[in-house]
Amino acid sequence: MCLGIPGQIVAITDARRKLATVDVAGVKREINVSCIIGERAVEDCVGDWVLVHVGFAMSVIDEQQAMETLRILTELGEAQQEIAAMRGSGRT
Amino acid sequence: MKYVDEFRDPEKAAALLAAIRELTQSVVRELRRPLHIMEVCGGHTHTIFRYGIANMLPAEIELVHGPGCPVCVLPMGQVDDCVAIAETPGVIFTTFGDAMRVPGSRKSLLQAKAEGADVRMVYSPLDALAIARDNPKREVVFFGLGFETTMPSTALTVLQAEAEGIVNFSLFCNHITIVPTIKAILDSPDLRIDAFLGPGHVSMVIGTTPYEFIARHYRRPLVVAGFEPLDILHSIWLVLKQMNEGRCEIENQYGRIAPAEGNPAALHAIAQVFELREFFEWRGLGSIDHSGVRMRAPYARYDAERKFALPALHIADPKSCQCGEVLKGVIKPWQCKVFGTACTPETPLGALMVSSEGACAAYYQYGDLEGLRSKRAADAA
Repeated sequence: MCLGIPGQIVAITDARRKLATVDVAGVKREINVSCIIGERAVEDCVGDWVLVHVGFAMSVIDEQQAMETLRILTELGEAQQEIAAMRGSGRT
Repeated sequence: MKYVDEFRDPEKAAALLAAIRELTQSVVRELRRPLHIMEVCGGHTHTIFRYGIANMLPAEIELVHGPGCPVCVLPMGQVDDCVAIAETPGVIFTTFGDAMRVPGSRKSLLQAKAEGADVRMVYSPLDALAIARDNPKREVVFFGLGFETTMPSTALTVLQAEAEGIVNFSLFCNHITIVPTIKAILDSPDLRIDAFLGPGHVSMVIGTTPYEFIARHYRRPLVVAGFEPLDILHSIWLVLKQMNEGRCEIENQYGRIAPAEGNPAALHAIAQVFELREFFEWRGLGSIDHSGVRMRAPYARYDAERKFALPALHIADPKSCQCGEVLKGVIKPWQCKVFGTACTPETPLGALMVSSEGACAAYYQYGDLEGLRSKRAADAA
């Protein structure tokens, strides 16, 4: 029930009923975009990357935050490599 | 897959594990006992098992699997009510797939279907509404379950039905709320949880503010976590960092998808259609105050509870079931007397063996069964 999947909105199919086509790794499905329109026109959602859950787009994926999270993890990796190198150099 | 693969990178996982090992040493030195971190959400339990995360962590960290699996906590009486609706002549009963195999006191929905009831699996409540549109002479009922994650989709579907004037559609509302669940865990005398991994998709809807009481009053850190393996590892690292630095906060690791303020449109739809029940019954956990929602009076004609005469009986779990103890994390699935013997995915006694998010099903599918059985025999000796 918690399983959601990221996909990209590629077209609006029914503006009045707030329905759009989402592309999830090549598979297309009709979803409801009521939760992510905000103040925008429905058409403005095309191109958004969203989290799809039981046929509804529930969140627009924040590209900045995604990059930031990955950056933190990359830095952590680099820091761990430094620490390992320091240990490995053996001089205490 | 974009936004998925990057969060499964094995190199970053290795780095996180190394960092986790370092921090664990430091934290456990102070505590002088193992750490108990509970992941509330069934989706997290699923990831943890699928990627073997518990085995990668240092032995001093114990992951406790919480009751955040809506199918797992379905009491038998609720399943009986579903079957009663499904067996009403003319009804098309629609449900998410997981719920179909949960045993009731006499049968599951799948068994009812085998006996001739029109039970159909749907991916979305909108699919159920489409079935109602296509079958105007049949009464279509959607079994709405899940935490706040699925409440908006159910609510918006009811609102859509109303907008279109569809009259042959109703909702059997079994939605539950996360905060009373976590509070019941915190108040339970059997448990000693040091920190929580918070439910990522519930938080996508309700935001992070509702958890403040956990840090403020109960003094436990909670990190809202995403569902990929790196998200889980990152969140565990953030928990350890808090404990190491003496902090106790609600943190959001899943900011790319779960905004701190939640989703206003979703919350608005929920507030329009639903209201809190005084109490609601949970398998294994008994009755929890304000833990469920029902439909508000203006939507009575979409409320299956009002449209159908339901047995609405409280049915106790079978005596051999230890579902409640597993749900609260008091015992591990393999410590249940009937795990893997009388209770298997083919012949489930309880819902935890049925649901894809259930701890028992996960252990059965991904765990070392022989090893677990020997361990259980050794513990009993």
